[in-house]
Amino acid sequence: MYLVPSLVMFGCGVFGFITRKNMIAILISLELMLNSVDINFVVFNRFLYPEQTEGMFFTLFAIAIAAAETAVAIALIINVYRVVKNVDINQLTKLKF
Amino acid sequence: MPLSYTILVIAIPLLMFLFLGLAGVKMGKKLTGVLGVCAMGVTTVIAYAVALTYFFGTGDGQIVDGVRQQLVLNDWTWLKFSENLVVKLGVLLDPISAMMLIVITTVSFMVHLYSLGYMSDHHGKPEKGFQRYYAFLALFTFSMLGLVVSTNIFQMFIFFEMVGVSSYLLIGFYYTSPAAVHASKKAFIVTRLADLFFLIGIMVLSFYTSTFDFKALMANPTNALASAQGATFMGCSVMAWALTCIFIGGAGKSAMYPLHIWLPDAMEGPTPVSALIHAATMVVAGVYLIARMFPLYVLEQGAMDIICVVGAFTAFYAAAIACVQSDIKRALAFSTISQIAFMMTSLAVSTADGALIEIHEGYGLGYMASMFHLFTHAMFKALLFLCAGAIIHAVHSNENSDMHGLHKFMPITSIAFLIGCLAIAGIPPFAGFWSKDEILVACYAKGMGWGLWMSMVAGLTAFYMFRIYFLIFFWKKHEIHTEHAPADQPWTMTLPLIILAAISIVAGFVPAGELVTWDGAHLHTQLNWSVAGASVLIALVGIGLAFKLYYKENELPEKMKNALPNLWEAAYRRFYMDELYQFITHKVIFQNISKPIAWFDRHIIDGTMNLLGDVTNSASYAIRRLQSGSIQGYVFVYLVGALLIAAVTMICVMI
Amino acid sequence: MESLGNIILYFVAALSIMVFSVLTVTTKKILRSATYLMFVLLATAVIYFQMNYEFLGAVQIAVYAGGIVVLFVFAIMLTHKPGKDAEPLTMHKKWLGLAASLLGVAVCGYALFSYAKFCGAKITAVSTMDMSELGHTLLSTEKLGYLLPFEAISVLLLACIIGGVVIARKR
Repeated sequence: MYLVPSLVMFGCGVFGFITRKNMIAILISLELMLNSVDINFVVFNRFLYPEQTEGMFFTLFAIAIAAAETAVAIALIINVYRVVKNVDINQLTKLKF
Repeated sequence: MPLSYTILVIAIPLLMFLFLGLAGVKMGKKLTGVLGVCAMGVTTVIAYAVALTYFFGTGDGQIVDGVRQQLVLNDWTWLKFSENLVVKLGVLLDPISAMMLIVITTVSFMVHLYSLGYMSDHHGKPEKGFQRYYAFLALFTFSMLGLVVSTNIFQMFIFFEMVGVSSYLLIGFYYTSPAAVHASKKAFIVTRLADLFFLIGIMVLSFYTSTFDFKALMANPTNALASAQGATFMGCSVMAWALTCIFIGGAGKSAMYPLHIWLPDAMEGPTPVSALIHAATMVVAGVYLIARMFPLYVLEQGAMDIICVVGAFTAFYAAAIACVQSDIKRALAFSTISQIAFMMTSLAVSTADGALIEIHEGYGLGYMASMFHLFTHAMFKALLFLCAGAIIHAVHSNENSDMHGLHKFMPITSIAFLIGCLAIAGIPPFAGFWSKDEILVACYAKGMGWGLWMSMVAGLTAFYMFRIYFLIFFWKKHEIHTEHAPADQPWTMTLPLIILAAISIVAGFVPAGELVTWDGAHLHTQLNWSVAGASVLIALVGIGLAFKLYYKENELPEKMKNALPNLWEAAYRRFYMDELYQFITHKVIFQNISKPIAWFDRHIIDGTMNLLGDVTNSASYAIRRLQSGSIQGYVFVYLVGALLIAAVTMICVMI
Repeated sequence: MESLGNIILYFVAALSIMVFSVLTVTTKKILRSATYLMFVLLATAVIYFQMNYEFLGAVQIAVYAGGIVVLFVFAIMLTHKPGKDAEPLTMHKKWLGLAASLLGVAVCGYALFSYAKFCGAKITAVSTMDMSELGHTLLSTEKLGYLLPFEAISVLLLACIIGGVVIARKR
């Protein structure tokens, strides 16, 4: 039951990641996927091993890492924006051979 | 003066090299030269003071039981690989190193002074590269001084190499002329090859004796040899091999046959350099090396015999060539080879009775005579070379056909040259007489044959030296080719000539037997009148012959040349040694060994590597589109892959 | 899901997650996308609360909804001129993405529903971890202690701070 929204969320994440051009939108899709995985951890923990807490701690750490990752990614995006005045992923071809 | 000042003698040239080399370009040329001369003068004074203190001082335990001791003044550990394998740097003073200090600093100082004049044009304007020249001179002096005070074989090897390098740099001083470049390369490669043997010898020797130290080796040579007892290689004891290898190293530097080929070509360098390096100091490094390890050699008769034969042969060979050379510097170069061979032979005729070191006639005398001759030869050969330099500077040519009849124009040079010739010919009371006489005595003690052979070479020496002398200064009237009439050179060039001529006259009276002996004890020598008389007679005959043939222009030399054209041609071309080397290296080694190896290297090895590189390169180029840099494409592919795996898993589960 | 209220709450949360996720990736305005993301995250927090993971829910709200979304909004403000829409997606790309994600969802859904033994399972009532216990677990080095990952995370965060400063700094 609880896995269904997580499933849909993940699907949306994948769809967004593949189709969007804006780097921030891609990052948002990434967050969606991460979040759905978090839900999965918690749900499995609660329903299969209610006596233990690994799932919960894993989610806790995942959230922390996600936050860090987002911060760095946004710093990168802003820097890129400063240089090329654009955040569309298919226009960043300066380093391409 | 305390003996520890010896370190200054070595340090000053090194500092001068660094200073002149680094700051020379910023300074004026004149200033550089004057500075170099002054520093060298100071060095000379200190060296004299140290050497005299060593020879005549009595303090600091210099003399024990009436024997003058070897003194190790400093000995720093430089590299310590293991307990026995230690490379040290230090200062060793003993009779021969003290004597060498005097020789090197004197000649070097003279050459420094002389170069002020020689390296300038007729208006006193210094040549291009003047600072570089002085820096290299200082480097050479430093290396040579470091060599003679070495406390161990390895330090000696290091300085041997440095001497080789500085010689290379100085021969190639006129690096714009291809001949100089070739000559410097040749000198470097030949001496380097010899040094390879030297290194092998060092390794073998130190492997068995487990020390590099001269003092430890020489204190008990019998033990050192016994440490390799029983170890043989190709039928000879390894010690004989080791010592022979070390001799080959020395032979390379001292231009013994067949490694002499570099020395005549080395005359491409500036003449003062030839005087310093290729007459007086560097070329005696090999002799010095043998002398340094004399106690070992004297016990290893096999090695001694080789040296003896090589030395005697080289002496004659070089003298014969010197008789026909027309280039004044080359003739002097061959004379040098011959004289150094004299020293080698003199060292090698010493024999010992079995394992017991017992002095008998000839043994010890040969050593002393060799070192004495080294000393006197350095003086008069430097004199001859500097005279030659003065002449060349005056007439701008090396060929004696451009000279002739210069006596009127350059009287001082002429007299100095005459003194040099008399000294080398062995006419009393000039320096060469005394030392050469003792060499001959030592040779006669070894055997009648050796003595006669060397006497003959001595006669030849007198002949060719006076041939050069007469051809330059007499023969016929001088034809002036340039706008300047040749004349005596400025005082910077003449003064060294006068000083060296004076030394050449009196050097024979130095009581070498009292001072320079292999064990530090006194060796009382007296003139062997029969030998001396015979050698003087032979020298006079040689001079007379030269006088007859070359004093006035006449037909005799031409007739002799025509009588034996083949012999003359062969001697003029140095008995085709260079051609032989050329043949061996180019036709045999390059053609048959190097070419196939080069082909293999170029086509097989390089080809394989190139193939690998090319394949990788083209493969990467072909698939570079795959790495599009588009994350979304990656994710899509990844997803497809994941789905495929899921599908496969599902199919497996269903079945 | 004992009470009806709980069930209703669950359906509301699940539905909003699904709807808002779809909206997040399909909306044209990037700022709206971020807003919908915030709703998704809040709904996720609700689910956490429902499963008695109060601390996790709180972290979810604080870090995700409070931190990351604000970060997104800032980034969007910095890099976009207001009122400018994202250019429309190309059809081919859209269908490709749709097909891929739907296929993925289908496969996962199939796997999910074929193993749906606990689909309607009840939440067993367990004593929830209180704060002090949680803190001890985080900082203990015994079995099931999380000191090492905790420290690793702190180093990572530090590295992120420095990295972020270095990257975003004006040169």
